[in-house]
Amino acid sequence: MNAAAVSVQEVVESIVESHRDSVGALLPVLHDIQDRLGYVPEESLPWVAGALNLSRAEVHGVMSFYHDFRNSAAGRHTIQICRAEACQSMGSRKLEQHAIERLGIGFGETTGDGMITLEAVYCLGNCACAPSLRIGDSLHARVDAAGFDRLLDSLEEQA
Amino acid sequence: MAIKVFVPRDATACALGADTVAESILQGAAGRGIDIELVRNGSRGAFWLEPMVEVETDAGRLAFGPVTIADIASLFESGFPGESDHALSLGPVNGIDWLASQQRLTFLRAGWTDPLSIGDYRSMDGCKGLERALAMEPQEIIDEVMESGLRGRGGAAFPTGIKWQTVLDAPADQKYIVCNADEGDSGTFADRLLMEADPYQLIEGMTIAGLAVGATEGYIYLRSEYPHARAVLQEAIKRAGREQWLGDDILGSGRSFNLHMRIGAGAYICGEETALLDSLEGKRGMIRFKPPLPAIKGLLGQPTVVNNVLSLGAISTILAEGAAYYRDFGTGRSRGTLTVQLAGNIRRGGLVEVPFGASLRDLVEGYGGGTASGRPARAIQVGGPLGAYIPESQWDVTLNYGALTEIGAMLGHGGVVVFDDTVDMAQQARFAMEFCAVESCGKCTPCRVGSVRGVEVIDRVIANEDREANLKVLYDLCETMDKGSLCAMGGLTPMPVRSALRHFPGDFRK
Repeated sequence: MNAAAVSVQEVVESIVESHRDSVGALLPVLHDIQDRLGYVPEESLPWVAGALNLSRAEVHGVMSFYHDFRNSAAGRHTIQICRAEACQSMGSRKLEQHAIERLGIGFGETTGDGMITLEAVYCLGNCACAPSLRIGDSLHARVDAAGFDRLLDSLEEQA
Repeated sequence: MAIKVFVPRDATACALGADTVAESILQGAAGRGIDIELVRNGSRGAFWLEPMVEVETDAGRLAFGPVTIADIASLFESGFPGESDHALSLGPVNGIDWLASQQRLTFLRAGWTDPLSIGDYRSMDGCKGLERALAMEPQEIIDEVMESGLRGRGGAAFPTGIKWQTVLDAPADQKYIVCNADEGDSGTFADRLLMEADPYQLIEGMTIAGLAVGATEGYIYLRSEYPHARAVLQEAIKRAGREQWLGDDILGSGRSFNLHMRIGAGAYICGEETALLDSLEGKRGMIRFKPPLPAIKGLLGQPTVVNNVLSLGAISTILAEGAAYYRDFGTGRSRGTLTVQLAGNIRRGGLVEVPFGASLRDLVEGYGGGTASGRPARAIQVGGPLGAYIPESQWDVTLNYGALTEIGAMLGHGGVVVFDDTVDMAQQARFAMEFCAVESCGKCTPCRVGSVRGVEVIDRVIANEDREANLKVLYDLCETMDKGSLCAMGGLTPMPVRSALRHFPGDFRK
């Protein structure tokens, strides 16, 4: 199927249809929309609400409650830096500062060239080998400033 | 015959390069004409040795670690995958003291097996508990769990048997088993390790729970930060269904239990059981008032068992080996084994499972080997972001539920995060409030507003603006959050703050 030829509405409707009989369908639906489209477009909320027999306010309320869901496209790569205690004990505050300076953006922002979105995360479960960060689904351990630069360079080479 | 070589598929092992190490071993073996069978096993939780590569020999498994791709060529030259005197050789796995001195019950199979292999699971007593449970009456199963003394391992330490009894006694057409796999505490990874290394144990425990209370549907609520665990569980649920460990005819008994997975969306509060239930229902993860307890009115208003991954993991052992076997480990009201996760600034970090009774110092200095930085340790936070910071003078405390409560701390989910002497405890106290402000569900005022005010007040204290008066406000605020919050998020955020104030007052007066 050619993704470009399929409208957002069709994507959303097919996703909602596949979860219609699930308990608590809204979260799986929002996850699937974000997996498919990279974010949850504002325009999709009324279709989701209608199909699941919810008010638009309820859908918006759920969508905005959870840190994972975004309402605009992220950069090509999303880097999540762990800000929690185990990583702090190994210097994550310095790593955060370095990342912010190197990328020139804050948490929740995307670089001007659309390459990197930087996000804060609270624990990736890699606490014995901190500091940790995640790029997409790949996890990285014991990341210092130099390690961050190497990871960033390899992302730029891929581009 | 092909030589079996094991490289863990665990998230931490992969974060340290296990995938490329595995790839490189395959290439190295192919280039040298050595016939190997590569198994991606689970991790044993000795994360300081990851990636730990193992080789099966007539004399048992030999281990090497931590292995990087730069070591592969010299490993092969030294005799790998056979006897080798390579600098990374750790000798027989059973001879690694850090592992051999532990008492593995819940993590018995971790690292030995391919997590998804049905045969491996069976060969190490997998399903023994389920088979026994199928021959028992529900009340007999619950009596066994009661007798074992198992208390909830998520953090609240509520007796599991009593929870199950409540659900069994609640009349309803539909009951549920919910596994809380929203392991959000910093410094903890035991749930993740179990799910990635031995997923069938969790599935077996949940099925037994279903048989015990009369629930035919189960949900695992897994946090989205654990993509590796998600992949393993999804496949494990599929395969367990094919083996009739799940489904409508469990092991030919005619009894049914169906298991589903739900993924969280980055909200720490959903680790609180009532918020988790709302999230499972597709709502905002808001705290519910208790009572009614989830055991009476839980998922969709039906009687529901909500248990942590480790609690459910322990169930298969208790049913397989009997309540007495489990209960005889441990002391007082802390029965069975203690699962501690050594994390943060620590030289030998990882998962340690020992009978209750060890002191914090035994674990951090003995197993942990001190700090990773080599500097003196100064504070240890036990029990996650809502746990106390414990000063050196109290490290001889025994790690059990009662002893920690006596010193104003808590065991929680068993996370132990070590900080060296560069830590600024005023900043740690500030972070506790900041984290609460980010993650509060917003339902009750003490938590929602108190945490924001807490950050502001600590900032004023640090900046020495009217310090004594602001410290008074901070103590007062902690009291309000402690007594007035609806759940443990707001109620326990004062614990790390007060412990920092009490034990490290100098850091607030710089």
